[in-house]
Amino acid sequence: MLAKRIIPCLDVKDGRVVKGVNFQNLTDAGDPVENAKFYDEQGADELVFLDITASHEKRRTILDVVARTADDVFMPLTVGGGIKTLDDIRDLLKAGCDKVSINTTAVRTPYFIKEASERFGSQCIVVAVDAKRVIPGMTFEPDSPWLDWLSDSGLSGTRLQVPSNGAPVWALSTHGGRKMRRLDAIRFAKKMEELGAGEILLTSMDRDGTKDGYDIALTRKIAEAVSIPVVASGGVGTLEHMREGLVEGKADAALAASIFHYREYSVRETKEYLKSKGVPVRL
Amino acid sequence: MIAIIDYGMGNLRSVEKGFLKVGADVRVTSRAQDLNDADGVVLPGVGAFKDCMQELNNLDLTDAVVENIKKGKPYLGICLGLQVLFSESVEFGTCSGLDIFRGRVVKFEFGIRGRGIQDSELSNLKIPQMGWNQLNIKNDGPLFMGIPDKSYFYFVHSFYVAPEDSTIIAATTDYGVEFTSAVCRDNVYAVQFHPEKSQTLGLQLLKNFRDIVKDSRQELWQCLFPDS
Repeated sequence: MLAKRIIPCLDVKDGRVVKGVNFQNLTDAGDPVENAKFYDEQGADELVFLDITASHEKRRTILDVVARTADDVFMPLTVGGGIKTLDDIRDLLKAGCDKVSINTTAVRTPYFIKEASERFGSQCIVVAVDAKRVIPGMTFEPDSPWLDWLSDSGLSGTRLQVPSNGAPVWALSTHGGRKMRRLDAIRFAKKMEELGAGEILLTSMDRDGTKDGYDIALTRKIAEAVSIPVVASGGVGTLEHMREGLVEGKADAALAASIFHYREYSVRETKEYLKSKGVPVRL
Repeated sequence: MIAIIDYGMGNLRSVEKGFLKVGADVRVTSRAQDLNDADGVVLPGVGAFKDCMQELNNLDLTDAVVENIKKGKPYLGICLGLQVLFSESVEFGTCSGLDIFRGRVVKFEFGIRGRGIQDSELSNLKIPQMGWNQLNIKNDGPLFMGIPDKSYFYFVHSFYVAPEDSTIIAATTDYGVEFTSAVCRDNVYAVQFHPEKSQTLGLQLLKNFRDIVKDSRQELWQCLFPDS
């Protein structure tokens, strides 16, 4: 039986893991490769490096991180952050990464996802969907240039429509949650599948960093709307949150950063808990 | 030396590094001569069947792969390297393969896009199958030495092989259907999953192939120089 995946995520800036803390068992807590090895030994199913390097000059540091990791760690690696061109993807794959996660570029130029999946195969193109529940008075990016752009880009069918009955609706967010778009997150995810995405990495921007658990309603809606795998992200604080995301949220994989990073729980502990609750995991 | 065929697709680095980790002598190459010189051949790959066949043809490698297999050189196919061994694939229209084995490459037919699927268990399955799944080992040959039945390996694929001759099936895996996840016959070994991404057990499988190559080289040596 296909196991539900547990995926630690590492935030990498200028080639170093941020949130630097002194850990036992690590000779260099800021080294992404050391951290990757640590998770590998614990039986993580995949790893995600989220590259938050801001300066353009230092962008290539992630290639070195990937290459050094792939020398020693034989598990699937995904890199997200700052991917804008087909060459960016090619360079990452050549360095030893298996999947790339694309966020802003997928919104700005949706056909990039089609091009990328035709060139490299759907299996390595992950679209990161960052979503936020729409609340009254929410401010969105200016609409006017976006209307032309929407019809040109083939995203017109994903335009946000707020139902009058007050049913929850999620809008798409970009730039790490700082900008809101008048796009429906669920329809956007379906559109990305249609264009060739092989997986959706779904982050609830309402829950991200809160430790209140995944947004289960959102996760389930997207998992049921697409036929490609969905990775739940944003908000894990307890092991029970993981179970909720995988069972009630119907996600195929659960991603978490801080609970693993701060050693609140190990990957093994997480899997043992899930197994005891009847969730299929690889132990 | 083991030749890893580079036809411009996918992540070859991990395959190369995996073999290096288990102490194999490898060369990543797109030259037919290197395949002829090698003691074993590895065809890795992700992506589309048609592109793979096209690239092998463009690089004039198709004949070299088939000839080296027919000469009895150990061959390890990974993912697409398994699929192209078969007669044909239905991915993006019908496309012919290397026809080492009779059979077809077909798509998983379920998920919410599956036709006429009423079973909710099946309609929940995602395509591609992405993640760790178990092997039901059918043929306990040298490739699976030290690898217990029901071990997990990492899979990423939407298509799978349907061999006509069931005796070549070395392992199966359950994903909606029980599909063929590994085949072997004589010197040909091929797997649907990615040993280079399957942590310790994946490396064990690469090591097993390294040993198969080593043994076959010794056999060849003894054939040529029986007194040595």
